[in-house]
Amino acid sequence: MADHAAKLVSEDGVVVLHCPPELVREKLVNHDRSLNWITEKVSVICEEKTRPWWWIAFFIFSPIALLVPLLLGYQVSNGVGVWGENQPFGWAWDITNFVFWIGIGHAGTLISAILFLTRQKWRTSINRASEAMTLFAVMCAGLYPGFHVGRVWKAWYLFPIPNWNGLWQNYRSPLLWDVFAVSTYFTVSVLFWYVGLIPDLAMLRDRAKSKLKQWGYGLAALGWRGGNRHWQHYEMAYLILAGLSTPLVLSVHSIVSFDFATSIVPGWHTTIFPPYFVAGAVFGGFAMVLTLMLPARLLYPQLDDMMTRNHVDKMAKIILLTGSIVGYAYLMELFIAMVYSGHFYEYNAFYNRATGWYAWHYFAMMFCNVITPQIFWFKAMRRNYIVVFIACQFVNAGMWYERFVIIGTTLAQDFLPSSWGHYTPSWVEVLTFVGTFGFFITAFLLFMRFLPMVCAFEVKAVTPQADPHHDPKGHDHEQPKEAALSAH
Amino acid sequence: MSKRLHAIGAEFESAAEIYHAAEKVRDAGYTAWDCHSPFPIHGLDKAMGMRKSWLSAFVFVCGLTGFLTGLGLVTVTSFGIYPIIVNGKPIDWSHGIRALQFFFPVMYELTILFSAFGATFGMILRNGLPRFHHPLFNWSRFAKVTDDKFFLVIETRDPLFSDAKAKALLAEIGGKHVTEVFDHD
Repeated sequence: MADHAAKLVSEDGVVVLHCPPELVREKLVNHDRSLNWITEKVSVICEEKTRPWWWIAFFIFSPIALLVPLLLGYQVSNGVGVWGENQPFGWAWDITNFVFWIGIGHAGTLISAILFLTRQKWRTSINRASEAMTLFAVMCAGLYPGFHVGRVWKAWYLFPIPNWNGLWQNYRSPLLWDVFAVSTYFTVSVLFWYVGLIPDLAMLRDRAKSKLKQWGYGLAALGWRGGNRHWQHYEMAYLILAGLSTPLVLSVHSIVSFDFATSIVPGWHTTIFPPYFVAGAVFGGFAMVLTLMLPARLLYPQLDDMMTRNHVDKMAKIILLTGSIVGYAYLMELFIAMVYSGHFYEYNAFYNRATGWYAWHYFAMMFCNVITPQIFWFKAMRRNYIVVFIACQFVNAGMWYERFVIIGTTLAQDFLPSSWGHYTPSWVEVLTFVGTFGFFITAFLLFMRFLPMVCAFEVKAVTPQADPHHDPKGHDHEQPKEAALSAH
Repeated sequence: MSKRLHAIGAEFESAAEIYHAAEKVRDAGYTAWDCHSPFPIHGLDKAMGMRKSWLSAFVFVCGLTGFLTGLGLVTVTSFGIYPIIVNGKPIDWSHGIRALQFFFPVMYELTILFSAFGATFGMILRNGLPRFHHPLFNWSRFAKVTDDKFFLVIETRDPLFSDAKAKALLAEIGGKHVTEVFDHD
């Protein structure tokens, strides 16, 4: 596939530089596809007749999604007591699931913003779907703190809205920082996603056969015409949004970790939390991106040349990197608590995590998050879709266990044994969590059906023919330059 | 209503073709013209003789507004109209301003929020969007602009514009399907 570039040829046809094949970069779009091919393959997903598997999946997952409003309605009408949490276990599955879902969102922003700033061009074919995933995950996350307050009709007290009692928020509280961080994160993610969608919505508008689609996509595309005087500001806006999203995404999970770290509970009160939470979020999020992307790729084989094995390989490498950071954080945390701190309660908190009531959660977490990703040291594993998919399920589970270990085991056994307490989730909590998965997948199915799943214009921009100095006869402009360098 | 000529447009096959064509139109001295393409073309700003987008300056102002809004929100409420004592931290203006670290996240997030709104809506409004219709959409071939074709359009509002000259220039620089675009069908 990449053999064509294994040697560099000067203009008169003399081989001037041999490049070992493993150093040659793989193409971003296989088989030298044309621009029109990309348009066709991306748009056809939204234009074709709905496929039977889509209806089947939709009728399986949308009833599951209905569990969310039903059970939240049940919770609101009966009180927060229908959840299994109670003193001292005030935060349980609700906050675990909140952190789990918000963490998943981070991979989407990493792909769309950080990989954009670092000029990782392979991101172009996967960024749209992962940003959509971010939005749906943040929606799932946002439910929990809102309903966890108990009297959800008073949740507006979280926001600085002038009120008759003259009350204002405590801006020194990390829980309030969370309100600002998560709502900003959601808003900025929506804006970033929408800005990225405009040119592709225009593509669907220009191809639309029915009046309804023409109107729908036309309104959403805002009258985009692709003029370079527009692209100039568009690219600047995109760059700025990427530059803003990068510190934002790092701040969101840092602030989520402050919810724990600024308390004095042993096991929570640690400075390692912000970087450890951010790495864990990216780690878990990439697993979720692959969980959605691999089946999507199977169901739409025409995307094969855009979402290549190379992409899966690179994402597996990021899982390996962030998984190793997480593993390092676990061990460092253990070292500080057990050996270095000399703090009795800190020691005890970690001792109880590994041997106490919830020890199997701890070892499940260790196995899923530290051991599983190590298989990605091997290229054959990174390129085997089945292995990657299974490993990602371990990571998804492992990251949920991590949040439960941090929140649950800490609250179960803190300072005095007299104030220790067990916790078992109630059926309401379990089914609400199942419901959020139903919502997440239903929303993703609708997204795949109605919006371009691949960012077509960005994929076009990374093809060789998008370069204005590209020579269709095969002598790319870099080659004489390289040849000149090698002559010295 | 009578038709009014909006522009003369021509079609190009590749990014390289329109890039070189743009250099020639720039050198001919036109100002009200544009290159339409399915994706942003690297270096075309220079080939068209355009300066850097000033959107970044606008976003900076928005970000500053966000920061000051955050600062105002936390200080006015926490030191002025509703002081809360937390951890014995000072609650008056003269001392409290030195204990601002705890308020930083709110200012930080609002800076980002306002900047993002500025970048998105600044870009949309600067580009004259949203609009329901544009004369270019009357040109049936122009639908390919979001697919794989490239269009160079010289508008009649250009001071140098003359129908014949523009057509001749577009044909000379390799444009195909040189077409008169009217403001309505």
